[in-house]
Amino acid sequence: MVLCLTLVCLFCAAVLGGVYALTYEPILRANENVLKASIAEVLPEGVEIGEYETIETGGKNFEFYAATKDGDEVAFAVKSTTIGFGGPLTIMVGVLSDGTVYNTSVVTCNETPGLGAKCQEKDSHFREQFKGFGSDKKLWVTKDGGDVDAITASTITSRAYALAVSNAVALVNYLTGNAPSVDTYTGASLKKDESNVQEEEEK
Amino acid sequence: MGKKLSLITDGFIKNNPTFVLVLGMCPTLATTTSAINGLEMGLATLFVLVLSNMAISLLAPIVPDKVHIPVYIVVIATFVTVLQLVMQAFTPGAYATLGLFIPLIVVNCIVLGRAEAFANKHNVWESALDGIGVGLGFTLSLTVIGLVREVLGSGAAFGWKFMPGDGVLAFVMAPGAFLVLGYLMVIFNKYLKKS
Amino acid sequence: MEYFAIIISAIFVNNILLAQFLGICPFLGVSNKLSTATGMSGAVCFVITLATLVTYLLNAYLLVPLKLEFLQTIAFILVIASLVQIVEIVLKKISPSLYQALGIFLPLITTNCAVLGVAITVVTKEFTFGAESHMLDLPQALVYALATSIGYGVAMILFAGLREHLAGNEVPKAFKGLPIALITVSIMAMAFLGFSGMV
Repeated sequence: MVLCLTLVCLFCAAVLGGVYALTYEPILRANENVLKASIAEVLPEGVEIGEYETIETGGKNFEFYAATKDGDEVAFAVKSTTIGFGGPLTIMVGVLSDGTVYNTSVVTCNETPGLGAKCQEKDSHFREQFKGFGSDKKLWVTKDGGDVDAITASTITSRAYALAVSNAVALVNYLTGNAPSVDTYTGASLKKDESNVQEEEEK
Repeated sequence: MGKKLSLITDGFIKNNPTFVLVLGMCPTLATTTSAINGLEMGLATLFVLVLSNMAISLLAPIVPDKVHIPVYIVVIATFVTVLQLVMQAFTPGAYATLGLFIPLIVVNCIVLGRAEAFANKHNVWESALDGIGVGLGFTLSLTVIGLVREVLGSGAAFGWKFMPGDGVLAFVMAPGAFLVLGYLMVIFNKYLKKS
Repeated sequence: MEYFAIIISAIFVNNILLAQFLGICPFLGVSNKLSTATGMSGAVCFVITLATLVTYLLNAYLLVPLKLEFLQTIAFILVIASLVQIVEIVLKKISPSLYQALGIFLPLITTNCAVLGVAITVVTKEFTFGAESHMLDLPQALVYALATSIGYGVAMILFAGLREHLAGNEVPKAFKGLPIALITVSIMAMAFLGFSGMV
């Protein structure tokens, strides 16, 4: 009886070990492909994507990829994580060197299906509005006085998404020296950010 | 031949795992936010069901009665883990959407239920056909529930949007799952179930 | 403060039955009578907390160091199945009265996906606390497990109360039994939606 159970367990363990070894490479490659696709999606066509770099600023770690065209840095893809409604929300943000958003894509999302998870829908108004988002507009939701239209009934997800984009833009501005310094804002410190925008306008 | 075919078609209506046997309610309610999600969950369960049915029909004669349940659970858990690894490698998107409910196929009563009620008394091929039948029945139910919720909740079908804007959001959320399943069961009872 | 957030979130906002859809089969199966619903809730509460403790330790000290995380599903279900057996035997020996109350529900619990679901959730999911998120440590995981099972009990007992009244009412033939029960649960779930956004 015990022998039978042991044998079955051993056999199953062997099978699993084998399958694990077989799928180890494909899983790594699949994860890599997802990441590559999300980077390619947010950058202009025809650029060369560099190696991944990390930077710690404002108490946050960012992963980013610089994109070059004819030797000039033209854009950056920044992996930016914030907290949404259902946990961490990680998106890839493509930002041109002048601080304009090129495009965004979702890397991981645990938002509610049918509500916050709509941020994953390509070509939706929510996603389209970030394309070409420049410093002349305010990167937070209209409910808080910004220029981002939130997803219906999903303000928290929309805030998190906008914050992730804004963090990425701030990082790129910091890297290229466009803006005074990196400033990540949360819903609570909106005022601080408004003053930043004013400074930019004054320039 | 007729008998073989009925092994498969029985799972659709007469022994429909969702509406008649009322088994595997957790994934039925949780993953049917859209038709595609329901379909993917159904197919994932089908995969485990067919393989575990076949393995168990082979193992049943040599496993002592006293430990048969633990052995079945180990076998099912093995196939579920295989499924997890394969999905991570080849369909990472679906794996991310279905999340927790892939490992939870282990405790889906349909799988253990078929092992106990059918696979340990029949040969490999019959067990495989039974697995396919019940699995397809489950897939069909999940797809239908997902479709109804998607149409009412998001104004779309299989991801194709036929209506601008949002539907009735409640249908995509938790209450809609219970409501749609309840009403579909009513319709099933009234028109399809042969008493 | 984090403990408070975990407890409120697990009992009301992310109620395991009404929002996460875990453990639905026994929920529909034994909620006909208030007394059996209470017994089942008690047994689930006991097993979920114990199973979470064991699987959390197993994961942290055996599977992760050995890089065997892919064996999580199979290891956890075996632990839960044997744990349920042990609890049954021990309970029979030391407290026959408790065994009488909970005993008949124990075999059903192995295939209750709430147990495996909670065990997997606490070791794989990051939890949100305000503007931050991180994995739960052991005391937090236990509080989460306990609060989740209290949420299970709350929903189960409320529903059993409703269902006892339903039994005395006349409903159309096609609605009899489960369909009307499911529609009732749907209305309960709507009520619980009111808690969302609280934490």
